[in-house]
Amino acid sequence: MNRQRTAWLFLAPALLVLGVFFILPVFAALGLSLTDYDLYALADIHNLRFVGLHNYWALLHRPLFWSALGNTLYFVAVGVPLSIAASLLAALLLNSPLARLRPLFRTVLFAPVVTTVVAVAVIWRYLFNTKYGLVNYALAAIGVHPVDWLGDPHWAMPTIIAFAVWKNFGYNMIIILAGLQAVPPDLYEAARIDGASAPRQFWHITLPLLGPTMMLVVILTVAGYFQLFAEPYVMTEGGPLQSTVSVLYLMYEDGFKWWNLGTASAVAFTLFLIIFAVTTLLLRLARRGEYRAGGRT
Amino acid sequence: MNPRLAKVLVNASLSALAAAALLPLLWMLSVSLMAPGEASSLPPPLLPAHATLHNYRELFAHAGMGRYLLNSLLIAGAITVLALASNLMAGYAFAKLRFAGRERLFQALIGALVIPAQVAMLPLFLLLKTIGLVNSYAGVIVPGMATIFGIYLVRQYARDVPDELLEAARIDGASELRIFGQIVLPLLKPIMVTLAIFTFLAAWNDFMWPLIVLTGQEHYTLPLALASLARDHVQDSELMMAGSVVTVLPVLLLFLALQRYYLQGLLLGSVKG
Repeated sequence: MNRQRTAWLFLAPALLVLGVFFILPVFAALGLSLTDYDLYALADIHNLRFVGLHNYWALLHRPLFWSALGNTLYFVAVGVPLSIAASLLAALLLNSPLARLRPLFRTVLFAPVVTTVVAVAVIWRYLFNTKYGLVNYALAAIGVHPVDWLGDPHWAMPTIIAFAVWKNFGYNMIIILAGLQAVPPDLYEAARIDGASAPRQFWHITLPLLGPTMMLVVILTVAGYFQLFAEPYVMTEGGPLQSTVSVLYLMYEDGFKWWNLGTASAVAFTLFLIIFAVTTLLLRLARRGEYRAGGRT
Repeated sequence: MNPRLAKVLVNASLSALAAAALLPLLWMLSVSLMAPGEASSLPPPLLPAHATLHNYRELFAHAGMGRYLLNSLLIAGAITVLALASNLMAGYAFAKLRFAGRERLFQALIGALVIPAQVAMLPLFLLLKTIGLVNSYAGVIVPGMATIFGIYLVRQYARDVPDELLEAARIDGASELRIFGQIVLPLLKPIMVTLAIFTFLAAWNDFMWPLIVLTGQEHYTLPLALASLARDHVQDSELMMAGSVVTVLPVLLLFLALQRYYLQGLLLGSVKG
């Protein structure tokens, strides 16, 4: 009994903070999304009305929500594969016995991860400046006309994706590198004796053994990329022509610019459901893939 | 493939990637040392004609950068210390103390990891408004005083603490608090460093929640100040780059000094999960 009490005393500070400032607000958000909480309710709580699923219904009929969702899906669908491809490439290079100065390269490649998003987004805004940016200057040298990177609705999101890849690839690189180093060397030894070429070794040993690591990396990255916010806030303010408004950006504007907290909560919850559905689906697909691979051998 | 060619190829590719990772940061440093307006000329200069600290002086003398730097240090420092204390205690309890419902509670916490933090932000704002913490340092600090990730990290590490050690101390009549302070904490030192640098970096770089809860400039952290400068001073690229250097340099140096611990935490937090 005494021991039980000790345990709960040790847990109390953390559980109190998480309970009051995280778990409770999550349930409150669900409740809030069923009300018309707005500026009037903020001034006087008696103006608050229960509206059921109206906020969700209204969301489905709101063009800006669909374009925000489309923009976010674009960012996820293009950004995640590119980021992970960059991470995999960097990890394979770092893991190669031919590579020199590995600790130095690892540190340098990881550096963008620890930088502050806002600060480096500001840098990219100037690098991709139409008139004075280095990117257009370099492209001009090979005869490409200046591109209005962040001012053209077709180019703004790709620019943000390029930024996200640069900023984030180092993180997964470290995880994949650890996965590569966990592959038993005698497997490669045996394959070499059997005369398997390097690409075949990669395809038949490295990739299958890296499977679980890659799955983890994909799911973490997908969940993270759905939460796009600071990049468009700093680089484009959602523009041009709302082409970089993400779901979270919409939630922020609804909630804290227009004070429609009911609507904004519905946006937040919808995003949560989408992330949950997509990651669960990915997990299912991965498990099924594993069974199939297992059945074949 | 020819082994020598392969070696050149691997190292050249690594160098190219490293250049891509570093160039934006080096360019930031270079432009921050340029005279006002110098970067907005054609062709865009790579290095300052005459390196000057003018932009830094301007930031600290007229843009309140000193204040924002202190705000960031204060907020990130407080979150680190407080979250470290609560996460260490909770992580240790989940790893080594017996109580009813331990596994179920831990599983529930891990399950809650799938909920994006932003879902809680709207009601959290209303809650903090009610208790008067909006636009205060505490408004940023209080919700960060414990993290599920931190508890998980400590638990994973603390499970390797031998039970015999704790039992022996109990038989000797040591109190639980003393066991924690004198036996467990010294053993947890590596994970303490890891968790501290993780928490500090996350708090320093955090943007969305401070943006919501800090409504007045006097409490702004560096990322908020920078974002607001970037909206008002679009033309002053040299000034903005100096601001970016001031924001990024502290965390970059911290990472360089303690990267072994940081990378270990990254792996503990994901691979073994």
